[in-house]
Formats: sequence, C-alpha cells, structure tokens
Amino acid sequence: MTHDLVHDLAHGLPDGLPDDLPPSTAQAVAHSEGQQHPIKLYLVVWGWLFILSTCSYLVDYFGIHGHLRWSLILLFMILKAGLIVAVFMHMAWERLALMYAILLPPGLVLVFVGIMMFESDYTHLTRILFFGAEN
Amino acid sequence: MADAVLADTAASPGRPSGWRGIAADWSSDQRAFKNVSWGKAMMWIFLLSDTFIFSCFLLSYMTVRISTTVPWPNPSEVFALTIGGTTIPLILIAIMTFILISSSGTMAMAVNFGYRHDRVKSAVLMLVTAAFGATFVGMQGFEWTKLIMEGVRPWGNPWGAEQFGSSFFMITGFHGTHVTIGVIFLIIVSRKVLRGDFDREARGFFTSRKGRYENVEIMGLYWHFVDLVWVFIFALFYLW
Repeated sequence: MTHDLVHDLAHGLPDGLPDDLPPSTAQAVAHSEGQQHPIKLYLVVWGWLFILSTCSYLVDYFGIHGHLRWSLILLFMILKAGLIVAVFMHMAWERLALMYAILLPPGLVLVFVGIMMFESDYTHLTRILFFGAEN
Repeated sequence: MADAVLADTAASPGRPSGWRGIAADWSSDQRAFKNVSWGKAMMWIFLLSDTFIFSCFLLSYMTVRISTTVPWPNPSEVFALTIGGTTIPLILIAIMTFILISSSGTMAMAVNFGYRHDRVKSAVLMLVTAAFGATFVGMQGFEWTKLIMEGVRPWGNPWGAEQFGSSFFMITGFHGTHVTIGVIFLIIVSRKVLRGDFDREARGFFTSRKGRYENVEIMGLYWHFVDLVWVFIFALFYLW
C-alpha cells in the first residue's frame, strides 16, 4: 500500500522521471547521479509524517481504548515506518536484491513476537495460579 | 584502483528486474548489490543488526508487560505535563516526535543538496538536523530528570509494575545514545562537506577511501534509522 503511494507521489510530480520509461531504465537514470529526486517529494512525505504523528497522538488525546486503539496505533506506525524507509532512505528506488536482503529478516522477528506472546501468557497464568493461591 | 574496479561492476540498464533480477544478482561469484557501494551496503547491514537489538528490547518489554500481574502504569498520565494550569497527556513525547521527524526531513534535503554539490545548503541542513537531534536529547534529559525526581527507578516506581522503569530506561536510553552518536557524526560530516572534502575526493581519516557525496547519504541512512526506531518506541511504549 505504502509502495503504491510512494509510486504515485514520485510519478505525479512535475520534474520527476517520465512515466513512459521502462522501470530498469528509470532506475539507472536515478542512480547515474546518485539519488536525485525533487525536493517537493521530501516535503510532501514530511507533511504526511506530521499528519500521521498527529493522528496517533490524537488517539491518546481522545482516550480511544481497546482494539480500535491498538489497530489505529499499529496502522499509523506502519505507514510512518514505510514512508521513512521507502522515500527518506530511498529503498523504493533500490534493486530488489537489496530490498529483500534488508527487509525480509526483520519480518522474521514477528515469529519471535509470536513465541514470546505465547510464553508470557503462560508465565502470567502460572503467576496467577501460584501467587494468587497464597492470598 | 579498488574504487575504479567497483564502479565498473555497477548495474547496467539491461539487467533483469523482479524475481529474475534477484536470482541474477545473487547467483555466481559476483557483487550481490549491483548499484550500491560498499559503504552503503555495510550501513544497511549495520542497521539490520541494530534493528534486531531494538527488536529484542521491545520484545522483552512486551514479555514483562504481558506476564506481570501488577497493573502497568498508564503512560498517558506518567508522561503528562502541566502547562499553564492544564494537564496535557503525553505532550512532551509528542513534541519530541515532531522534532525528530523534522530532523529527518532536513536530513533528506541535505542528502539531496549534497548530490547537487551545493555545499553550503547541504552543510547547513545537516547542522539544523544536528540541532534538532540535540534538542531531542535535551528533552529526553528533562524527561528522565522529571521521572527520577518522581521516584521512578529500574527496580520500581510509585504507580505499578516494577518492570516499567527498567524497560523505560533501557529502551529510551539506548535510543538516546544513538541520537547522540548521530549528532556527533552529523557535525563531523557537515564539516567535511563545508570544507569541500567530497569535491576534492579527500581520503577519510579512518577508511582512507575517497570521499564522495554518497557519504552524506550514508549518514542520512543512519539518521533516518534513529527516527524509524522512535516511530516504533512511540507507538509501542508510549501509546500502547
């Protein structure tokens, strides 16, 4: 989703690369002089990061709770992270070989998250069972 | 000599893209990252390892928060500030977030002006980035002082689960250290830009490699990563 947004942003700009270039050529042009993008692209992304941060702050300010709070927080977090990595860190213009080498391994952390959620739920249960019995 | 050899292996426009491109780039005895220099690839790999460090911190925080039977202190109240008689929840953290995002914006533009060989604009934007970073660390110092005065310790606090303090000091402390190191390197790189080191291809003091404006982009990668980590800390520690 974020990638599509970035794609639209990059192509909707007046002095961006022409749309009719094949992707590989467009990449080569972008790299021939080191990442060259119009300043406006960065300002637009900056604006979006401000909007998204404000939204996530407002979630807390208005005291939204429960599943809606958690899903909104995660949504804004992922959108912000995607914009930073794709545009500010120029990952959107790198070859897939680098993209996958860097972005896939952190995805495996989610497996670790799953394991630890299972484990900590179990710890919580044993604490309630054994500490609770003493009271 | 080594620089010239590396430049020759950069991607030619005819290389395949997509999955076929991944297979073509990674197979056989060749450079996997075609148009990415040694320095940039190494920075990405360092950032990947740093991602795992911060992931482990956030994971351990998640684990202790789920498994404790004592209520977790409400971050919205803990980090509230009273300004002019009204208590605003989490306001300091929100300001810190905006400051760090702004510093990322100025850094991205510094990289852009660097590639255009606009030395003054690039260096000034980097110094502005460093100033934002220093402000962030200063506000973090204020936050730490306030919490310590209120009795928050790594082994306990007045409001609830003891693990709150240890998670807080470890996660924000490590992040603050990253910001501080970033500020120091921003000042070093901006001095090099201003002096024209990257126009003269002056060799670096540490690697003895020719300086190029790509060094500004590599510096930028580190700085954006610091902002990226804060996005996760803000969401998972302060807002959750």
